[in-house]
Amino acid sequence: MPTTPAIEAINLVKRFGDKVAVDDVSFVVPQGSVLGLLGPNGAGKTTIVRMMTTLSIPTSGTARVAGHDVIREPDAVRRSMGLTGQAATVDELLTGQENLRMIGRLYGLSSRDMKRIADELLQRFSLTDAADKVVKDYSGGMRRRLDLAVSLVAVPPVLFLDEPTTGLDPRSRLELWDVLRQLVRDGTTLLLTTQYLEEADRLADEIVVIDHGKVIAAGTALQLKDSSGQAALVVTVSHADDLPSAAELLRSHVSDVHVDESARQLTAPATGLSDMTRIASVFEGSTIEIDDLGLKRPSLDDVFLALTGHRAEADDTAAGTATDDSTEVSA
Amino acid sequence: MTTTAIPDFTISARPQIHPTSLWTQSLVLVRRNLTHIKRQPEMLMDVTIQPVMFVLLFAFVFGGSIQTANGNYREWLLPGIMGQTMTFASFVVAIGLNNDLQKGIIDRFRSLPISPSAVLVGRSLAGLLHSSIGVVVMALTGLIVGWRIRNGVGDAVLAFALLLLFGFAMIWLGIWVGSAMRSVEAVNGVMFTTMFPITFLANTFAPTESMGSWLRTIAEWNPISALVQSLRELWGNVPGPAPGASWPLRHAVPVSIGWSILLAAIFAPLAMRAYRRRTTD
Ligand SMILES: Nc1ncnc2c1ncn2[C@@H]1O[C@H](COP(=O)(O)OP(=O)(O)OP(=O)(O)O)[C@@H](O)[C@H]1O
Ligand SMILES: [Mg+2]
Repeated sequence: MPTTPAIEAINLVKRFGDKVAVDDVSFVVPQGSVLGLLGPNGAGKTTIVRMMTTLSIPTSGTARVAGHDVIREPDAVRRSMGLTGQAATVDELLTGQENLRMIGRLYGLSSRDMKRIADELLQRFSLTDAADKVVKDYSGGMRRRLDLAVSLVAVPPVLFLDEPTTGLDPRSRLELWDVLRQLVRDGTTLLLTTQYLEEADRLADEIVVIDHGKVIAAGTALQLKDSSGQAALVVTVSHADDLPSAAELLRSHVSDVHVDESARQLTAPATGLSDMTRIASVFEGSTIEIDDLGLKRPSLDDVFLALTGHRAEADDTAAGTATDDSTEVSA
Repeated sequence: MTTTAIPDFTISARPQIHPTSLWTQSLVLVRRNLTHIKRQPEMLMDVTIQPVMFVLLFAFVFGGSIQTANGNYREWLLPGIMGQTMTFASFVVAIGLNNDLQKGIIDRFRSLPISPSAVLVGRSLAGLLHSSIGVVVMALTGLIVGWRIRNGVGDAVLAFALLLLFGFAMIWLGIWVGSAMRSVEAVNGVMFTTMFPITFLANTFAPTESMGSWLRTIAEWNPISALVQSLRELWGNVPGPAPGASWPLRHAVPVSIGWSILLAAIFAPLAMRAYRRRTTD
């Protein structure tokens, strides 16, 4: 028996006046999997998430969450999902504990469930010590973690996260990835948006790349990388003086060698490991000293560049939502 | 990697979600607002120190030069300040709602399986409660400076009920302004420049008898005047309407009820439209 997908976007369109923010977006997220919505500033990620979480009404098309239509059954959708929006939505004048309980009460949880879950979440997000502190005194990262904890109060089967790790320091980011993996392991379906290519790469089973409101590619990270061309062989020489002779040597074995003087690097297309071992022996037999020799697969960044003609992080149509890059000093 | 330090995360069991009533949801949100007051007691300044200051200022600084029908300006003044305090319920609600809309916490509430009205009902109840604190503070201050309730319990209770009814209308005004304005500063600007003159252009602080004829007419048709006149009559602070008073002040109690209902009927649809606009894109 085929199971209902956890999330379905069906020809979603959103217009703001003349501007088409989301343009006929469709995708399916099977239960228990992770979909990464990847795109630069202003691509339409937040708008898609807001439509799927009943906060914004689609101009046309619709979406289903846990089998419920977001337009016709918004309440059923709200019972099945949790949302952590791009901007923090915790109450600054309440403590962490009070924030969790307030949301628990609105869900109508029993006080026993509420206490148990609040304690578990506080512990899981390393907020136990700060539980009774007013959120105003939290650091940006702590606020972000509390925001996530709050969206998990009802332990929803489907979770939407809009740029969940923006503003977290590297360690908190790793911890969060870990929590997310565990949630998925326990059966939660995850849709997360991100501008971090690495994040999509690490977490998502399937990636949908959005640009200017349109889906421009979809697939696993590997598929996307394969579709955007070859791996490259990268040779780094120890002395800049050797660069011309090294280039000459390399050209006698492979075509299309590219020289990067500032990085002391030579790059050439490669088909696989055999190329690498062949070139390694060539350099071993020469007097040229090399620092490093490697095979570089295209990164998602390269994929993005190949698909859109511009880099993911530096989009000129940026919507003015500056990324919060402040990092938290964790004790 | 740091992952070794982290214990496994398993929520022991999915909790049961129970549908809650609009009333329960609103109370949860009222409680939230009360916690805000607990954390920032200075939020109560507008219903404590400020009106007490008005009482002292008018009673002792300007009071000597103002003649009132009952011959006791301080007793006459108190209902006026209560009326002003209740009018400012709109202010409290507008600021609170605008703050919430700015901070995005309304989006959090809207993503929960609760009634869309809960946020407004909760905010309104909290606003009424807030202003009622002001009324209690005013009553106590009044008792100290010489204000008394001279009629029966029934009349006294009716007077407080009229205050609350007027507060209800003002809350819709507050929701409208709070939803329509883009910042707390804008709310402050609009409310100060409109509400202060409106509360002064009435029988709140000085008798309308001493105003110029057209000004007097405007002041006496001001909804606040009917409210304040009702309070004075019901509490027995004045013998009755002043000679030559306009029609609204000669029928102050029914007119005050009428004004409150009319204002609520005007502001409620405007408020709901502005709020819906602000929260749907
Ligand atoms: N309420 C709105 N009114 C008008 N235009 C809007 C509104 N919300 C979003 N937009 C526009 O829609 C487009 C998509 O915005 P959206 O916030 O969905 O992008 P995003 O991918 O989430 O970007 P970011 O990475 O910066 O968060 C942008 O051009 C934005 O200016
Ligand atoms: Mg966004």
